[in-house]
Amino acid sequence: MSATRSRFSRAAIIAGAYRSLPLQIGVIPFGLVVGIVSQGQGLSLTEATVMSATVYAGSAQLLALGHWSVPAPVVAAATASFIVNLRLALMGPVIGPWLDRVRGWRLWASLFVMADQNWALSVAEMQAGRSDAGFLFGSGASMWIVWVLATALGHVVGGVLRLPPGHPIFFAALAVFVSILVPMWHGRRDLLPWVVAAATALTIARLLPDTSWHIVGGAVAGAAAGVIRDRRA
Amino acid sequence: MTAATYLTRAGGYVLFRAMRPNEAVRSALGYIPGALFVAYVAPALAKGSWPEWFGAAVTVATMLLTRQMSAAILAGTAGAWLVWSFG
Repeated sequence: MSATRSRFSRAAIIAGAYRSLPLQIGVIPFGLVVGIVSQGQGLSLTEATVMSATVYAGSAQLLALGHWSVPAPVVAAATASFIVNLRLALMGPVIGPWLDRVRGWRLWASLFVMADQNWALSVAEMQAGRSDAGFLFGSGASMWIVWVLATALGHVVGGVLRLPPGHPIFFAALAVFVSILVPMWHGRRDLLPWVVAAATALTIARLLPDTSWHIVGGAVAGAAAGVIRDRRA
Repeated sequence: MTAATYLTRAGGYVLFRAMRPNEAVRSALGYIPGALFVAYVAPALAKGSWPEWFGAAVTVATMLLTRQMSAAILAGTAGAWLVWSFG
């Protein structure tokens, strides 16, 4: 029991919440954008907040809201969510060495709050040799709270701010992913996978715009290129 | 949307736990994080213009110098904003 507990400790949850502070700041503009768009599409404050709290996937929410109508397009929105979020299915197994030692609500709640940013931070922790899955939950849960609050705030101020779609504050969402990439560069062995991932993603993004197939395809092609190269070496 | 999203969050993990992946799959998982975010960023930057390009350059430079994500995100966004306001 104590062994199980040490894999999901209160200290790691707090460390996750603290270390993910930059991510929480980074998610605020994205949450504000989703709140503003929700308001513009006629969702009530309650509807926008519930959507953010239960779906908790900004890109999927933005995509669904882009084609929102009344009655809600349930099948189209669910399909779009599935495609945009397929990358999450690739992310879960990577953090498997942590999750394998966790059971019950801790496991399923950790998966529920797993997002790109806190997952990347947790993978870095895991690669640094730390083995406490509480970090994933702590960073995810704190980001989830900030996300829901930011969406609600965005909805409230949406009618007041009226930012144009190309406003550079929205770049903050992309800057999160750009900065995440920097510590993921381990040297020249990453060059081939990254180039293949970029080329594949650019091609698929042109063929299938407004989906996330380019993320799934780029990630799989890049990783495959790395594995094939390593086997020949 | 909630169900579809949670299915991807939990589904990939459950599937791999049941399958017990071999050596090649495990080494592929090591390459996925970098490749995935490159695949996310590259088309977004290709679709962008000088504000995004300059903002991304400032983000990377700040990250290399400080190793602080919040500083990199703030500086990068400020950089993008600066170029945008001159554009």
